[in-house]
Amino acid sequence: MDLQGEATIPAPPHEVWGALQDPEILKNCITGCQEMERISETQYQSKVRAKVGPVRATFSATIQMVDIDEPHSYTLQVEAMGGAAGFGRGSAQISLEDQGASTRLKYLVSGNVGGKLAQIGSRLITGVSNTMATQFFKNFVGLWNTQNDTHSQGESNG
Amino acid sequence: MATETGIGASVRRKEDARFITGSGRYTDDINIPGQTYCMFVRSPHARAVISNIDTSEAKATDGVVDVFVGSDLAADEVGDLPCGWLVKSKDGSDMIAPPHPPIATDRVNYVGEPYAFVVAESLEAARNGAEAVNANFQVLDPVLNLRTASESDNIHDNVPSNRSYDWELGDKDATDAAFERADHVTSVDIVNNRLIPNAIEPRAAVGSYDAAEGAYTLYTTSQNPHLERLVLAAFVNIAPEAKLHVVSPDVGGGFGSKIFVYAEETAVIWAAAKVGRPIKWTADRVESFLADAHGRDHVTHAELALSSEGDFLGLRVKTLANMGAYLSTFASSVPTYLYGTLMAGQYKTPAIYVEVQALFTNTAPVDAYRGAGRPEATYVVETIVETAARELNMDPGEIRRRNFIRPDDFPYETPVALTYDTGNYEASLDRALDLVNYQGFAARKAESESDGKRRGLGFSCYIEACGLAPSQVALSLGAGVGLFESAEVRVDVTGSVTVMTGAHSHGQGHETTFAQLVSDKLGIPFENVNVVHGDTNRSDYGLGTYGSRSIAVGGSAISKATDKIIVKAKKIAAHMLDSQEDQVSFDDGIFTIPDSNESLAFAEVAFSAYVPSNYPLEELEPGLSEKAFYDPANFTYPAGTHICEVEVDPETGCTEIVAFVAVDDFGTVINPMIVEGQVHGGLAQGIGQALLEHGVYDDDGQLLSGSYMDYTMPRADDLPDFTVDTTVTPCTHNPLGVKGCGEAGAIGATAAVMNAITDALGVKELPMPATPETVWRAASGG
Repeated sequence: MDLQGEATIPAPPHEVWGALQDPEILKNCITGCQEMERISETQYQSKVRAKVGPVRATFSATIQMVDIDEPHSYTLQVEAMGGAAGFGRGSAQISLEDQGASTRLKYLVSGNVGGKLAQIGSRLITGVSNTMATQFFKNFVGLWNTQNDTHSQGESNG
Repeated sequence: MATETGIGASVRRKEDARFITGSGRYTDDINIPGQTYCMFVRSPHARAVISNIDTSEAKATDGVVDVFVGSDLAADEVGDLPCGWLVKSKDGSDMIAPPHPPIATDRVNYVGEPYAFVVAESLEAARNGAEAVNANFQVLDPVLNLRTASESDNIHDNVPSNRSYDWELGDKDATDAAFERADHVTSVDIVNNRLIPNAIEPRAAVGSYDAAEGAYTLYTTSQNPHLERLVLAAFVNIAPEAKLHVVSPDVGGGFGSKIFVYAEETAVIWAAAKVGRPIKWTADRVESFLADAHGRDHVTHAELALSSEGDFLGLRVKTLANMGAYLSTFASSVPTYLYGTLMAGQYKTPAIYVEVQALFTNTAPVDAYRGAGRPEATYVVETIVETAARELNMDPGEIRRRNFIRPDDFPYETPVALTYDTGNYEASLDRALDLVNYQGFAARKAESESDGKRRGLGFSCYIEACGLAPSQVALSLGAGVGLFESAEVRVDVTGSVTVMTGAHSHGQGHETTFAQLVSDKLGIPFENVNVVHGDTNRSDYGLGTYGSRSIAVGGSAISKATDKIIVKAKKIAAHMLDSQEDQVSFDDGIFTIPDSNESLAFAEVAFSAYVPSNYPLEELEPGLSEKAFYDPANFTYPAGTHICEVEVDPETGCTEIVAFVAVDDFGTVINPMIVEGQVHGGLAQGIGQALLEHGVYDDDGQLLSGSYMDYTMPRADDLPDFTVDTTVTPCTHNPLGVKGCGEAGAIGATAAVMNAITDALGVKELPMPATPETVWRAASGG
């Protein structure tokens, strides 16, 4: 699965950077996120309830930040275990472009799934991921109380 | 006796009344008081080391009774799942069968392999418990490519090159010599696509343990409950056979996938004693896709040596056969003795040499699936023969006719270990050419072309060796069990009859066919014969149903037992009629003696056997019940010609089967309607393989075709109106002259369809399934 997209956030990069590291903000912006705990400078532990087609599960995810170049770019490496539902693994490259009062955020995600997710959800996973990303940025941009249309639609190719 | 219900009559299937009214009794319909439910936790990885499994959270989940992992079974000395057929390599060494614990212990080797299971008060609780099992894996690179599997990492310790065996059959030197003097050599590269069986009823098991008796009862969806019991007793060490009762009640389709002894019923019956309560497991459809044994999956290179006139001089076949991650129950026999031995087909090819390497990959185990080796062999032979005809500009029917074994050549010994007893291949070919209107094909093709379509015709003159099997032949070739069949014919006091058979019906209609056979022989009403199968406490040890063996072996056993009934009944009748045994005639249910108008009905004699007032008790035991075991002298050899006509739309790549003719020789036919139904079902599966079905793993070993969203089953609108007919050369070595019909459709159809499509497109080869995309690319020149 590959997914990419971008969003404009009405705040300067250093502010966006800070918000993106804040576990409470992340928890509130990720649909189905039940827990988000920062366990070190660069590591998070999270529980997210998600539904991919007929597969529903709570995923325990470990998230590792690497290649950090504050406040310009970083990469997230994610491993999510869903027990009987299978697993997901992937990475997201995130870059922040300074546009004065606002920030242009670009993301490039690649990943794969296994177990039941792969058997019956593989063709749905890109759509679900896209929806979750769109919802995340809608919520995230909403923190600054601006219009929703600042987030341009993500593109994907599965 | 020719009657409306006797041999040769299309009697409607008596079992269908309960099936179509929802009154069938399948394994999942069995509920035992105190029953618990089981859920398996399956590997999400194709190849990984199990670092640890934490079941504490699962055990604490509401409603969970217990959670078991592989080491629990190992600690109890539960044995591995065995492979029941020992194949030897070229160098004489035994095949290598890696350990196959029912529940994985240290490693998992395919996606879907169970590594834990949860027993709970309800299915929901079992699911919740399964979700709470936490395992850590060290993921390894999987071995997935059959072509490179022998050069990849070793999946199992002690299985170098991931090779179970490197087998050969036939005379290599004679075959090489044939190629040296050939005028023409045709070669083909073939992939026989992986199929997933998809019986309509998923596998299921209900296991219970009676502590007072120290005895187990297992209801399960098995095609051969006695074999299930034997393996669970002798290899898995559950209990002695006498303390293990296995029942296969109504079973909704098998196609081979329910022959095997699997992890799930093994775990269920073992755990029933551990938790002291009955346990039920029913697979969901995704589990069926992941963990039923798959079928086919060969890569083959074949060469045919010919004279310039089109005589077949020699055939060389080299095949890689995918075994999946472990050797399933009969996996080793499928690409060897059920494959290499069929390479003569219907032809007098004098020299044949077959080499097969069986390789392990990190995929679900592969074993017998409808036809089991014979569809793969037919696909090789009939693809290369059709290709040779095109290369030599010969008519595809005529090149076959030229090379056919002729009626006066029988019994015919092939260069690949079989002796065909009888057949008339030209009769089937001629009938099929007639039914498809071969003469009119050129005009039909021209008409299609004027519509922008392409029309093609494909032949498949298949043969199969079935009626498995002469025990001594099978045992000498490595089989671990005899392959006879048992029967008991029990005449009741009032003259009705109960027939116990070791064969098992899971859609074949045995309750009807066997009743026809017995009612015909005894001259009693069809309704008075009841057929019992699928219960180890009721039938003698038998071998179940697969390999189109039920009528040829099981039916013959019933015939033999019925003959014994007639012999004894004649003795009783002689006494009652005050005559001699050799004076008594029995016909149409009536005993008569010469020069007398006295006669006795069958029911009168039966009554006398149980109420022996006028009975020779000093010479004859009372009662009228006989058993027989029948071990066939040879395989049976059904054969026939399938011709498929397709119209391909080069713009869309869509293939329409516009005609499909199947002319089969099954020997004597007991119930033509049931036979036709079996042919229809087989053709649907053969066509499904050619056009639609494909089991696909991605590069990580994840099963992509793991549901009906991605695995395409044939539907009614994918199939044409079949034109089905039979020719008859009765089998020479069984009492009924029958050959068996269960697999023929799936064996013959695939090659006919693919030959028709390559004919339409004018291409040599096309991978299966021939989806619209594949066909469109070929039609567009790549």
